[in-house]
Amino acid sequence: MSIKAIQISKTFGTFKALENVSLEVPDGKLVSLLGPSGSGKTTLLRILAGLEFPDSLETSRVLFHGKDVTAAPAGRRGVGFVFQHYALFKHMTVESNVAFGLNSLPRKERPAKDVILTRVCELLQLVHLDGLGGRYPSELSGGQRQRVALARALAMNPKVLLLDEPFGALDAKVRKDLRRWLRTFQEEIKVTTIFVTHDQDEALELADEVVVMNNARIEQVGDPQTVYDRPVSPFVIEFLGNVNRFVAGVGSETKDREKDVLYVRPHDVELEPEDHETHAYALKAKVQHVFSAGNYGRVALERVGTREPFEAEVSRERLRELDLVPGRVVSVIFRHVRLFPKGEFLEADIRDGSLVASTSSFSAKTMYS
Amino acid sequence: MNDTSDSNDISSAFGRGGKAPRANRRVLPGFGLSLGFAVSYLSLIVLIPLAGVFLRASEISWEEFWSIVTSRRVVASYKITFGISLAAAATNAVFGLIAAWVLVRYSFPGRRIFDAIVDLPFALPTAVAGIALTTIYAENGFLGQYLYPLGLETAYSRIGIYIALTFIGLPFVIRSLQPVLESLDKEVEEASATLGAGRWRTFFRVIFPAILPAWLTGFSLAYARAIGEYGSIIFISGNMPLRTEITPLIIVQRLENFQVAQAAAVAAVMLVASFAILLVINVLQRWSESLGQARG
Ligand SMILES: Nc1ncnc2c1ncn2[C@@H]1O[C@H](COP(=O)(O)OP(=O)(O)OP(=O)(O)O)[C@@H](O)[C@H]1O
Ligand SMILES: [Mg+2]
Repeated sequence: MSIKAIQISKTFGTFKALENVSLEVPDGKLVSLLGPSGSGKTTLLRILAGLEFPDSLETSRVLFHGKDVTAAPAGRRGVGFVFQHYALFKHMTVESNVAFGLNSLPRKERPAKDVILTRVCELLQLVHLDGLGGRYPSELSGGQRQRVALARALAMNPKVLLLDEPFGALDAKVRKDLRRWLRTFQEEIKVTTIFVTHDQDEALELADEVVVMNNARIEQVGDPQTVYDRPVSPFVIEFLGNVNRFVAGVGSETKDREKDVLYVRPHDVELEPEDHETHAYALKAKVQHVFSAGNYGRVALERVGTREPFEAEVSRERLRELDLVPGRVVSVIFRHVRLFPKGEFLEADIRDGSLVASTSSFSAKTMYS
Repeated sequence: MNDTSDSNDISSAFGRGGKAPRANRRVLPGFGLSLGFAVSYLSLIVLIPLAGVFLRASEISWEEFWSIVTSRRVVASYKITFGISLAAAATNAVFGLIAAWVLVRYSFPGRRIFDAIVDLPFALPTAVAGIALTTIYAENGFLGQYLYPLGLETAYSRIGIYIALTFIGLPFVIRSLQPVLESLDKEVEEASATLGAGRWRTFFRVIFPAILPAWLTGFSLAYARAIGEYGSIIFISGNMPLRTEITPLIIVQRLENFQVAQAAAVAAVMLVASFAILLVINVLQRWSESLGQARG
C-alpha cells in the first residue's frame, strides 16, 4: 500500500515538532527516516500510525493507497507498529503477545483458536523464535524481544509496517544481523515499510529510499546513492558520513563569499609527497596522526598556513608507500568537492587543477587562497 | 606500555580481599544484618505486644473462652465488623481505582486540591471524622434530610458504619495505585491500540494485569484499616447490640468493666481472623504478580 503524507504540521504547546512535511512512499518500498535526535522522526511515524494527529485535520492529510485516513484511529489503519522499546505485554507469554491482535478481532472475524495458534507458530518461525512461545518477555534477550514485537505487528497482516528505531537498543553485531534479516524479509513479503533511525550506515545500507530530516522538516528524499553523492544541503552532507569542511573564499574581495563552504569527503582527499609537481593548486598540509587499523588508513592533517584540521582516507598500501609520520608535510589534492555558496548546491571537480563548477565562476585559486 | 603495573594493580586489588568471592552474592551486601534488624524490629513493635493478648486470654479456661467468643452479641459484632469492612473496602477498591485513574491520566482545574484532599481521612482524628459524618448524615443533617425520605437511614445504622469505613479507607487504594499508574508504559497501550484492541480490551488485558498487585495491596490496606477502626464508628453507629455494635467496641467495653481477660479473648479471635484474611489477600497478590508482571 502506498503512503502519502501531505503538509503535516504538529506542534506540542508552542514547540514545532513538524512543519509542513510532505512525503510519498510507493507501494512495497523500504524507506528510512534519518535525522538527528529531536528532528521529528518519531512524531511523523506516530502520525502515520494514528497514534498522534496533525494540528489541522483540514490542511494536513494522510493517504493510504489514495484513501484518506487522516482522522482514522490507530486500530483502523491496518498498520503494524514496532516501538523503540518493544512495548511487549510483560504479563503475557510470547505466544499470547503475538496472538493479541488476532484475539482482539470482533467475534465474527476472529479465526478459530487452532487457526490462531498455527498462525502464531508460523510467525515465530518467520522471526526465528520457534520454541520460545511459552516464555515471558523478561526471559528473552533484547534482539529476541525485538523480533517478538515484529511478529506481533505482522500477525495482523499489516499493509504498512512502521518501525521506530528497531535496532536502536541492540549491540553492533546483533544489529547488523537483524538489519540484513529485515531486508530479505521485507523483500519477501513486500510490505511497505518505514523505519526510523539515526544511524546513517543503517539507513544507507537498508533502505530503497532515505528521507533525511532536520529541525521538523524534510531536507532531502532520495535513494542512498543520491543522498550520499548529491546532498542538497550542508546539513545532509554533514549528517551522512564523514566530511571535511573548509570555509572557502576567505580573504577574497567580496564579503559574501566568506560564507561559502567547501566540503570534501575523506576518501576524496589524495595525498602526494611534498615535492610532487602535478597540481598547481595543491594544498600543503602537515600530518598529525596516522590511524591504520581497519581496511583504510585514516590520516589526520593540518593545513599549512591556516591550520585548518582535516582528514584523509587512503588505502593501507598507499599509506606504506608514502611512509607518513607525524610532522611530515604532504601535497594534498581534492578529487571531488562540494560547494555551497549561500546554500546553493554546486558540484565541482578540481582534478585538473581548476575548479569546474556548473554555475560558479570561482577559480580554485580564490577558494584556496 | 605499562602492562605490568596495571596487572599488579589488579592482582593486588583482588588479593586484598583475601577470600574468593562467595557464590550467590548480592549486589548490595548486608543481607544478614538487615534481615536480623527487620525481624527484631517487627518482634519488638508488633509480635511481642500481640503475644500479650494471647497471654491475657489464656488466663481464663477454654470453656469460658469459647462461651465468650461465641456469645450471640459477640458473633453479631464479628459479622458487622468484618462484613461491613469488606463492603467498604470493596467500594473503595472500585471508586479508588476510578479516582486514581482520573488523578493520573487527566489534568483538570483543581486536580492538585483533589489530590491533597485524598489524604484528609489519614490526617483527621477519627473522632472528628465520626462527629462530622454523624452531623451530616443524621436525620436532619445536611445530606441526611434528603436520604431519610428515600428510606436510607444513614446515621445510627449499618449504613452509617459503612459510610464511615468507606471514608477512612478511601486513601489506601488511591495511594497504592497512583505510582503504578504513573509508571505504566504508554507505549504498551499504544501497541494494544495499533493491534486493533478497543479501550475495554486494552484496559482489562493490558493495563489491569499490571496494576492488579497494587490494587490488591490498596484493597487489603483499606480492609485492614476498616476492621480495626473504632473512633469514627462509635459516633455514627449508635452502638446497638446485635445491630450496630462493632467488635472493637465490645473489647473496649469489657476493658472498661475490668474484664481484661474477656476483652483479650475477643481480641485474640479478631487478631487471628484479621491475620487469616490478610494472609489470603497476600497469597492472591503473589499469584497476581506471578502472572509475569513481577518477572519484568
Ligand atoms: N508529547 C510531546 N510533548 C511535547 N513535546 C514533544 C512530544 N513528543 C515529541 N516532542 C518534541 O518534539 C520534537 C521531536 O520529537 P521526536 O520524538 O519526533 O524526535 P525524534 O526525531 O524521534 O528524536 P529521537 O531520535 O531522539 O527519537 C522533540 O523536540 C520533542 O521534544
Ligand atoms: Mg524518536
